[in-house]
Amino acid sequence: MKIRNLIFLLIILLAIFTMLIAVAELPPYGSPDNPVHNMVTERYINKALEETGVNNIVTAIVLDYRAYDTLFETIVLFTAAIAVYVTLKKAKGSEGGE
Amino acid sequence: MRDFVLKRVVAVIIPFISLYGFYVILHGAISPGGSFAGGIIVALSVIAFATIFGLDRAKEKLPEKILVWTDSYGTLWYVLMGLVGIVKGVPFLSNRLAGINLGVPGTLSAGGLIALIGIGVGIRVASTMITLFFTMMEEEK
Repeated sequence: MKIRNLIFLLIILLAIFTMLIAVAELPPYGSPDNPVHNMVTERYINKALEETGVNNIVTAIVLDYRAYDTLFETIVLFTAAIAVYVTLKKAKGSEGGE
Repeated sequence: MRDFVLKRVVAVIIPFISLYGFYVILHGAISPGGSFAGGIIVALSVIAFATIFGLDRAKEKLPEKILVWTDSYGTLWYVLMGLVGIVKGVPFLSNRLAGINLGVPGTLSAGGLIALIGIGVGIRVASTMITLFFTMMEEEK
């Protein structure tokens, strides 16, 4: 039992070590050379008005560029509503007697 | 919550909250906010009504039939708007590609399908919140 726990501890430490190495390789936070700041951002800022006709860039992204994402977000909301409705709604005939 | 002052104040304020919600939904293209925020505000007006005046009166104003209807067709409306692209022979949910007039930027007509999709999302969010609230409040009784 003791040896088994020791092996587990070793495995966990190894996993933590691997993750820490991965974190150390991340680019510095907020640096302009980060891979995050690529042409996608530039395109949204420069061309959103021309391509979607909308002033509000957030709306342009949410409802036009990423319309699929929003579609499935609404489906998630639909599923949540249906799930709560099905679990909590009392059946019509079952009032009184549990 | 049977306080007279509370009831009167809420009765005056609720139409304006509701109206503001619809305003935020419809102006999602030209001002901060959008369909998600607007839908929540619309739902909030109904939730406030149900909290102050009781669930039964709220259900009189907003029958379950309508809630089931909006629950079902909000997303369907979104998909229908997406099918416009397929009918025109371009990918699903395309806006400018489908040859839709994008309107004048900065006015209510801006964005072509975006405004229509936004209405669908707003209805969807509002009806979800109201359904959750009504169902949970009913459970508590």
